[in-house]
Amino acid sequence: MTISEMNFFQRMLYIVQRYGSSLLEGAATTMAIAIICTALGCVIGFAVGLVQTTEPKKNSNLFMRGLLKTVKVILTAYVEVFRGTPMMLQAAFIYYGAAQVFGVNLGMWSAAIIIVSVNTGAYMAETVRGGILSVDQGQKEGARAIGMSHVQTMLLVVLPQALRNIMPQIGNNLIINIKDTCVLSIIGTVELFFTFRSISGALYTYFEAATVVMIIYFVLTFTCSRILRWIETKMDGPADFDLATADTLAFTSGMTRYNAKTGGTY
Amino acid sequence: MEEILRVEHLVKTFGTNEVLKDIDFSVNAGDVISIIGSSGSGKSTLLRCINMLEEATGGRILYHGKDILAGEVGEDQYRTKVGMVFQSFNLFNNLNVLDNCTVGQVHVLKRKKDEARAKAMEYLEKVGMEQYITAKPRQLSGGQKQRVAIARALAMDPEVLLFDEPTSALDPEMVGEVLDVMKDLASSGMTMLVVTHEMAFARDVSTRVVFMSDGRIEEEGSPADIFLNPQKERTKEFLSRFTAGSPALN
Repeated sequence: MTISEMNFFQRMLYIVQRYGSSLLEGAATTMAIAIICTALGCVIGFAVGLVQTTEPKKNSNLFMRGLLKTVKVILTAYVEVFRGTPMMLQAAFIYYGAAQVFGVNLGMWSAAIIIVSVNTGAYMAETVRGGILSVDQGQKEGARAIGMSHVQTMLLVVLPQALRNIMPQIGNNLIINIKDTCVLSIIGTVELFFTFRSISGALYTYFEAATVVMIIYFVLTFTCSRILRWIETKMDGPADFDLATADTLAFTSGMTRYNAKTGGTY
Repeated sequence: MEEILRVEHLVKTFGTNEVLKDIDFSVNAGDVISIIGSSGSGKSTLLRCINMLEEATGGRILYHGKDILAGEVGEDQYRTKVGMVFQSFNLFNNLNVLDNCTVGQVHVLKRKKDEARAKAMEYLEKVGMEQYITAKPRQLSGGQKQRVAIARALAMDPEVLLFDEPTSALDPEMVGEVLDVMKDLASSGMTMLVVTHEMAFARDVSTRVVFMSDGRIEEEGSPADIFLNPQKERTKEFLSRFTAGSPALN
């Protein structure tokens, strides 16, 4: 039976049988790039977001103020440029630019990782900034009031809470990255979308190949969103807590404590 | 009595709004000073300036004779010595009760974990919250949160504790449990500076009462002086509103 004689489902089955390993490989590449780049993007985003929300110290000198201001301007430019241009063009710009201007051949993997993580970082920077601003000012004051430095306040009190607040957005970014790695096909990265184009190009079965690849994309994103939701509930900790007491009667009688001297409760 | 804090000619402005106008007063070891006055009189701002959460516009704050506004004592180091209890508790929401009381000891005072834990437990027992060490702040009532916040401040072994309207965000039933803890502290000799609307506390517990009005210290004296024999018109007017409403104070 040739392809033209098959029905829709037979063609899909044929694609899976014949190109299954390529599809798996493409999916693995897509996931690897998405996960690595979301993680790196978070690191970049946290670094940039932290600097953006840093206020100069009251007693810091003109040089330090100027330095902070300059760094902030550069970072703002980075965020605006990478948020404001298509990632597909950024990929072409960086990959071909590096080769043409600097004579550097980045290679498929490093180019892909640089482009996607720098792009994610730009979005994450704004998310982290929002996350930090969303943490109640009182938390910072509470920390400063017991003598924590700015860095300690951020690391021990504000950032953990900001991270929890922006978890849904980090999940969003991961899912967007899983799908958006498809633009990397412009620089020849063999990910899932590239595999789709190869299959549909070879067999002329655009509809069937698209269906198969869409299903794969959906399984990937849906699984990730469930896992992230699970992580969020883990971060919230249990809804209950145990009373820390050696007195076993406290558990059966609620809050009433047993008085050993009188033998009764009080 | 050893002088811990001295405030001289303290001025604080927000834009053109002068909130504190030439404040002078001192805190000696063992003092329990209540700062009373109507809302907007600058009580909380004064406390926040003393803890450097607000930057004073002018004047000096001396800690054992050293000017903290001029940076003669490190800001963070100074804050470990002058603890603060807030109206809105400000417990760290990401940490449980025990960690709230140990995080500062471990990271700021560099105490060992066991030592910090023992110290935290000691003070949590003092405020009656030792059973709740695994609870997160969101699982506690307001009064419980405030008691943990007091334990957290105490665990840093401060010389002075500043209380910024510690019971104002609590419902009447919970006010008592927090005031009881504060009374215990006062009788154990802790130096305290309390901004409060609890007139009974100011009258019965404090060693000195400061009445503030419109950014100035209007009158200052022993609780008996202020409550039984106020000199200034403004003080009489303010206190009459409280005594009229609560026969217990007459």
